Amino acid sequence: MTAVAAPEKAGSRGVAPTQGLRKPRRYGRILLYVALVLGAIPTLLPFVWLVRSALMQDAQMFVSPPEWIPSPFQWSNFGEALTSQPFGRYFVNTLVIAVISVLGTVLTCSVAAFSFSRLRWRGRDVVFALLLSGVMLPYAVTLIPTFVMWQELGALDTIAPLTVPSWFAGAGGGVFNIFLLRQFFLTIPFELDEAAYIDGASPWRVFWTIVMPLSKPAIIVVTIFTFIGTWNDFLGPLLYLQSEENYTLSLGLASFQSMYLTQWGYLMAASAAVIAPIIALFFFLQRYFIEGVTLTGIKN
Amino acid sequence: MRRLETRWGILMALPAILGFLIFTIGPMAASAFFSFTDWTIGASPSFIGLDNYTAMVGDELFWKSLTATTYYTLGSVPLVLIVSFAVAMLLNQKVRGLSAWRTIFYLPTLVPAIANVVLWIWIFNPDFGLLNSLLRQGGLPDSQWIYGESTAVPSLIIMSTWGFGNTMVIFLAGLQGVPRHLYEAVSIDGGGAWRRFWHVTLPMMTPTIFYNLVVGVVGTFQVFNQAYVMTEGGPNHATLFYVYYLFRKAFTESEMGYASALAWTLFMIIMVVTFLMFRNARRWVYYEMAGAR
Repeated sequence: MTAVAAPEKAGSRGVAPTQGLRKPRRYGRILLYVALVLGAIPTLLPFVWLVRSALMQDAQMFVSPPEWIPSPFQWSNFGEALTSQPFGRYFVNTLVIAVISVLGTVLTCSVAAFSFSRLRWRGRDVVFALLLSGVMLPYAVTLIPTFVMWQELGALDTIAPLTVPSWFAGAGGGVFNIFLLRQFFLTIPFELDEAAYIDGASPWRVFWTIVMPLSKPAIIVVTIFTFIGTWNDFLGPLLYLQSEENYTLSLGLASFQSMYLTQWGYLMAASAAVIAPIIALFFFLQRYFIEGVTLTGIKN
Repeated sequence: MRRLETRWGILMALPAILGFLIFTIGPMAASAFFSFTDWTIGASPSFIGLDNYTAMVGDELFWKSLTATTYYTLGSVPLVLIVSFAVAMLLNQKVRGLSAWRTIFYLPTLVPAIANVVLWIWIFNPDFGLLNSLLRQGGLPDSQWIYGESTAVPSLIIMSTWGFGNTMVIFLAGLQGVPRHLYEAVSIDGGGAWRRFWHVTLPMMTPTIFYNLVVGVVGTFQVFNQAYVMTEGGPNHATLFYVYYLFRKAFTESEMGYASALAWTLFMIIMVVTFLMFRNARRWVYYEMAGAR
């Protein structure tokens, strides 16, 4: 019983104990872990299936009942899949779009959030409320005119439609970032600004040297979510990018899928290669991920 | 200082304001206008009043897409809510290795949409896919999954449940915010686990449930990738989801006017549904402030 009631190990984030008023009975604990394992199996099974298929020869893949351990390990699936189409190029394209979008979003959203939280000007709150109301709009409504606009500007098949909006506070979903940053900025003591203004600092200086350095957690959250959002975006690249050399990973994978319909080894290898960077990123920044999702949920 | 503050204030908000005008208000007004026109790309739009909207009434595929989308929403949202709430409840016990468990359940939400779709095409493969292999090993009959007219939408609902991690993390945060003294009060009155759940956890969680419900409904109403990559709306239009139908009208059949009308109809549907959910919320969502009245 003592082992069961032991406090959590350092490193996992603490939870407020809620149901632990009476010491739960042993079979209750066992049941709990059984339930968790039962939940984890279907959650992880698709990943196992993905990896096992990515490393298998076709012949073994079509055996019934299914085999789980590749023999031999067909590492060449990765090589074949990733060189049959220029996935390296897609990777770079995606990275370029994601980095430009993250820079634009973080910069313009935090500047706006600063204005909406720490500068007083007439009409400020009305403007902010108006911007927020845009969150409700389904993307389908703006899709067609926006497409036509970029077409008229001759910007189809360039990264402009996928990156320029982020330099205007990200359009659509960007409002949410402003909201998140604003909430965070409001928790920083206003005395800091006042002291700086007395020393003759400009609002920009206050923003850049005081507020931004103190807001790293919020900025990291916005960075992560913008990065993932653009990295995983499919509809945007599908609409705007036409020539293969400009494809992103998502677009490349979709076209790869339509070409290699039944080459499951290659398809799974390519998918695994597309998934891996995001999962790696997650393990480095895990704390911020969960914090970010939590922040988004608590906003109401 | 005052004038300086105003000047800086507007200047710093300017990118956001311009972005709102250029990428939200402008396109919104434009698509409202286009929805009253007959317009194919290349030609100039001609005004036809409400014709697009009245045409929808007689458009069999419009109704089909609305039904398919509603079916998907009604299946996916409750399932995701229940699964993520249940797992969050489990993780809210004093679980050892919480962060490891949380990571496991969160992992699927990280999979990029297209990789997710490609993986599930393989899982649903009727001949050698994971699900039919399991069914056969269990001595059960095969299913056609996304390739059968009646099983296509349920298959996509199952697939959507895999991504319950985001919702779960939000539930978990909510559960950790339930004040401890309320549980103590129930225990002092001799209440057991069931009463703690029914009289404390559930009522205190209603705002979080409501938030996840609204986000879920609005999100599932706009499902697109699965229909585009996995099923192309088939078989026999079973998965002709609304936004996919709209996309096809706009960018395959080039009926921009009609597609704009579809977009505005979707907007209105989402507004009405959201409004109804909020109105209904007063009956079951508990807010601490409102409780004090």
